[in-house]
Amino acid sequence: MIVPALACVALLLALSPLAIALAAQPRGSAVVYGTSLAANLALCTIALIDLLDPGRPTFSLVLPIGLPWLGAHLRIDALSAFFLAVVNFGGAAASLFGLGYGRHEEQPGRVLPFYPAYLAAMNIVVMADDAFTFLVAWEFMSLASWALVVSHHREVENVRAGYVYLLMASFGTLALLLAFGMLAGAGGQYDFAAIRAAHPAAPLAGAVLLLALLGAGSKAGLVPLHAWLPLAHPAAPSHVSGLMSGVMTKVAVYGFVRIVFDLLGSPEWWWSIVVLAFAGPSATLGVLYALMQCDIKRVLAYSTIENIGIIFVGLGLALAFKAEAMDWVAALAFTAALLHVLNHAAFKSLLFFGAGCVLNATGERDMEKLGGLIHRMPQTAAAVLIGCVAISALPPFNGFVSEWLTFQAILLSPQLPSWGLKLIIPAVGGLLALAAALAAACFVKLYGISFLGRARTAAASEAREVDAFSLAALFALAAFCLVAGILPGLFIDALAPVAKAMVGNSMPQQAGLQWLTIVPIAESRSSYNGLLLFAFVLLSGSIAALAIHRLASDRLRRAPAWDCGFPDPNPAIQYTASSFSQPIRRVFGSTIFAAREIGEMPPPGSGAPARFVVDIHDPIWEMLYAPIGKVIGFATERVNVLQFLTIRRYLTLVFVALIVLLVVLAL
Amino acid sequence: MSMILDLISQGAQMLLVLLLAPLLTGFVRKVKARLLRRQGPPLTQPYRDLVRLMRKDVVLADNASWLFRVIPYIIFAGTWVAASLVPTFGSGLLFSWSADLIAIIALLGSARFFLALAGMDVGTAFGGIGSSREVMIASLAEPAILITVFAVAMIAGSTQLSTVAEFMGSSAVGLRVSLGMALVALIIVAIAENGRIPVDNPATHLELTMVHEAMVLEYSGRHLALIDLSSQLKLLLYISLIACIFIPWGAAAPEAGLQSLAIGAVAYVAKLAACCVALAVFETSIAKMRVFRIPEFLGAALMLALLATLLRFVSGSL
Repeated sequence: MIVPALACVALLLALSPLAIALAAQPRGSAVVYGTSLAANLALCTIALIDLLDPGRPTFSLVLPIGLPWLGAHLRIDALSAFFLAVVNFGGAAASLFGLGYGRHEEQPGRVLPFYPAYLAAMNIVVMADDAFTFLVAWEFMSLASWALVVSHHREVENVRAGYVYLLMASFGTLALLLAFGMLAGAGGQYDFAAIRAAHPAAPLAGAVLLLALLGAGSKAGLVPLHAWLPLAHPAAPSHVSGLMSGVMTKVAVYGFVRIVFDLLGSPEWWWSIVVLAFAGPSATLGVLYALMQCDIKRVLAYSTIENIGIIFVGLGLALAFKAEAMDWVAALAFTAALLHVLNHAAFKSLLFFGAGCVLNATGERDMEKLGGLIHRMPQTAAAVLIGCVAISALPPFNGFVSEWLTFQAILLSPQLPSWGLKLIIPAVGGLLALAAALAAACFVKLYGISFLGRARTAAASEAREVDAFSLAALFALAAFCLVAGILPGLFIDALAPVAKAMVGNSMPQQAGLQWLTIVPIAESRSSYNGLLLFAFVLLSGSIAALAIHRLASDRLRRAPAWDCGFPDPNPAIQYTASSFSQPIRRVFGSTIFAAREIGEMPPPGSGAPARFVVDIHDPIWEMLYAPIGKVIGFATERVNVLQFLTIRRYLTLVFVALIVLLVVLAL
Repeated sequence: MSMILDLISQGAQMLLVLLLAPLLTGFVRKVKARLLRRQGPPLTQPYRDLVRLMRKDVVLADNASWLFRVIPYIIFAGTWVAASLVPTFGSGLLFSWSADLIAIIALLGSARFFLALAGMDVGTAFGGIGSSREVMIASLAEPAILITVFAVAMIAGSTQLSTVAEFMGSSAVGLRVSLGMALVALIIVAIAENGRIPVDNPATHLELTMVHEAMVLEYSGRHLALIDLSSQLKLLLYISLIACIFIPWGAAAPEAGLQSLAIGAVAYVAKLAACCVALAVFETSIAKMRVFRIPEFLGAALMLALLATLLRFVSGSL
């Protein structure tokens, strides 16, 4: 069903210029977000129909636009259908949230026209079936999201974020351009069918893998290519932040999977080492960075890096197993990665929308200025709590299932023959376990500091619950997190055709198993039943509550807090975001971030206040980006002289250039 | 018929762990007291404390939210379910397939997540200090136990606890270096997770050394009773876990007759008692660490666990 899908995309594209006119209207934002929501829902339905169709259809179409001898090839196969579903699931949630959130936008003219264009671009990327269409749509997606990042352009930080984003996006596209150039070969076969048929030679394929990892990885936010992500994602309006973190990073994952698993042919064993070497550190460093932050949206952006790391660990393992022809384990690792793609799209969107609600209600993103929001915004607080539990990979929610599957794949890896993998996989497993534990710490901090405790500022103590549309989006996503957590078998089965197409095998059918358990390999090996676990916890909690209230006591009195006898009415006595992470900063940060705490005491007799400063360095920025920036700055400074020469000198330059060219030609 | 028997066995196990947990804590306290040449409270004291707390009014801080009131039930339910999924006297549990070892650990992780949130709900300084330290300890203890699980699971070829227990009881295991490392790592983690000396002192109310007690400072009445019961269950869970993986002898096989079940029960009680005495002796003979020495202590567990896993990757027989 590619024609109706394209019609929906065309609707989104047409909406974009219309939105310029609509932005001035009082109901304009409702029209734009409402239409986007309808288009997203339609596209999501189409994608699901295609994905779940037992006939495993692929639809393709060539439109006479783009390069005249090529046209625009479009195709929906199982992989595209899955990512189409993810993009539009996230897109629908964002549009629903935007219906409420968009009303508070001060300059809707800077957001509305780009929003549907951005959605359309992401849809075209996953449907593209030739390199030209893919790259154009990819660049279109980058530019549309850039425009949304700098929509609040009066803030200096946002402009800087936009600048860094633009540079990194260009770098990523350049890498992908080179990758496709190598894939196309000398003949210039740009459509994917031709590339798939002609497998590149081994050294060339390795180079394509590296370029794809750089290109897609920089968009997805793999360390050390992540520098733009924590700047750009928080700068955009919150529903767009949700889209960028929850959905666009998944489009990047799609790009990687399409190139490496589909177009490149059979992998070699060392590919997975490269992927895992990027992925493992991304997972741990991402969450460690997140723990050092005090800005809610920035915490969420860094945590995206962690989750992308987890996804790429799954993909790396899948590559390793595929290379060794253990395709049933490859299917397990690949399914785990794709499931995490879906799960992360759900809970990261939920959390970014929650941050948007907080921003709307209080005007603050800084956790140090929040607190006690659970009393003022009970519904938002409940939904965000579910998101926090889910992203911390705790049962019975969905984040746990995909991490559990990834762990199961790791546990099968001693069977891999190559020594490099034998040494790197335990390390990656350790990094993943560390990341899971640190993520829980990170989200205890995020939730505890901003939603629990006492309000730290007047803005937080006067917050109001947000509108019904925003809450509807939050609760829909929260419900999804629970359903995907307790009924993971349904989702694993839906992913079977994708795994079949990409790694040549799929996980065993889960639907018929007793009590809806999931069994990745064999029951004696491992099984997990979220539904039963959830039911047990619910049941034993209720029994305990009922028994105690009936048989013992159900009386309750309110009194001032005890606090070991030293209660203080000043909310500043509470732990702050930076003091909460102080122990972890001391354990991990002193080596990685060179974190130091400097206490400045005034001399005796002086009335000046004592100061306490935390000094943190970003090692990747300082050791990688800053030197590169310095070199480029130095070079441009030197070359800049050329701009201010006299006409005689320019003429001399032209003459010299001509001579040099002629000499070169003559030789 | 066998289904009903299994169901009864599972129900009996759930009740057993619930009833045994306070006794275990009482026993540890008693042994510790005797080692210090004190008489010590009677073995039934934890039961009396729980009943007394349950009957009392809850005094709730003015600022406490609904979450604060729900959390004790969540923690209790999570810990209870986790504890009843660990094989005790026999390895054939009806619902053991509903959660494997990784899921059990994650379930305890959920309980801890909520406990740390509870510490921050009222907005006091002590609650914050407790939560902040708890997540620091957890951020090292959780990976350590997960990697330990990896090592054990790779040797047994399963993360399913019943299967692991059966495998460990069989002669196929042999003496392995990696298992020894995993055992030490698991013991260190168990000490940290249960807030025992040298990581935390369960009997302290000295402000600057509290971790667990600081988080639950604002709880009273039935809420406190549930949280105390949960930590007693957790102690039982960890001892059962160590027993069923590393001291599997005597445990009844699945589908076993009454006689072997009885042997299993006696063996189980003996194992619990032995572990409790060892814990009490260890706690009496060591001093509490400074908070920032704990990472080194847990780091050792993490390294041992990683080494054990690596050994398994390198060689099938180590």
